[in-house]
Amino acid sequence: MNPWPFVIAAYGLTFASSAALALWSWLRMRDAEKK
Amino acid sequence: MPSLHALANPARFLRIARPLTPVLFWSGVALVLFGAGAGLFRTPPDYLQGETVRILYIHVPTSWLGMGGWSGIAISSIAYLVWRHPLAMIAARAIALPGALFAALSLATGSIWGRPTWGTWWQWDGRLTSMLLLFFVYLGFMALNRADADRGGDGRIPAIYGIAGSVLLPIIRYSVVWWNTLHQGQSIGLTKSSIAGSLLWPLPFTLLGFTLFFAAIVLMRMRALLGAARAEARMRRMATA
Repeated sequence: MNPWPFVIAAYGLTFASSAALALWSWLRMRDAEKK
Repeated sequence: MPSLHALANPARFLRIARPLTPVLFWSGVALVLFGAGAGLFRTPPDYLQGETVRILYIHVPTSWLGMGGWSGIAISSIAYLVWRHPLAMIAARAIALPGALFAALSLATGSIWGRPTWGTWWQWDGRLTSMLLLFFVYLGFMALNRADADRGGDGRIPAIYGIAGSVLLPIIRYSVVWWNTLHQGQSIGLTKSSIAGSLLWPLPFTLLGFTLFFAAIVLMRMRALLGAARAEARMRRMATA
């Protein structure tokens, strides 16, 4: 079994969801502090 | 060095949190990228697990933060119930979402690791099941917080739940000792490790990097919650004026 698709999937999922969380948290913070 | 009580003042907290947020965020990102790059391209494959072992560099930090997040919620809940720190429940609420996400990532990366290593995506063993329970406990905490806020509650019930949920932490930690699990026993400690140094060295970078990143996210969410609370208070004042 080729292990690389599993390694790429694990890293991709972690980085994509961390980036989404960071972007969403930053946008919410910016909007809340603007009000 | 400001005391814990001094930090409980929202204005003072914001004066410290504003410059600290980008520092924590960007240093966290840099450490994670360095550690992940080293883990992917600079370490040798494991003699048993082969290339799959590289998932270790993200699985361990996500598991650590999934559990560490709940420790933060429990400590904040105690601070709220005992000392009535105004920021304590805001901190607990801010931790819940990133904590839940990292617990979910720990389960997902563990599952992705398990398929080529153990030959299965999932087993109802002690470690995996207790981690899944922690994820559901996070979801319950978020739902309870929302319901408490909608009903105008003072946050005491979510705080009690936050303390009660911490009973899961030793269960997760010792599950590999108490039960015969598919998940390996503890292989990494503060003083010694059963993993070779040539494989292990990028892990402290991703571990510290994700921790700083997590702290930056919590600060952003606390600032968002404080901003929303201030806007709501202003609206209330205008409505009664």
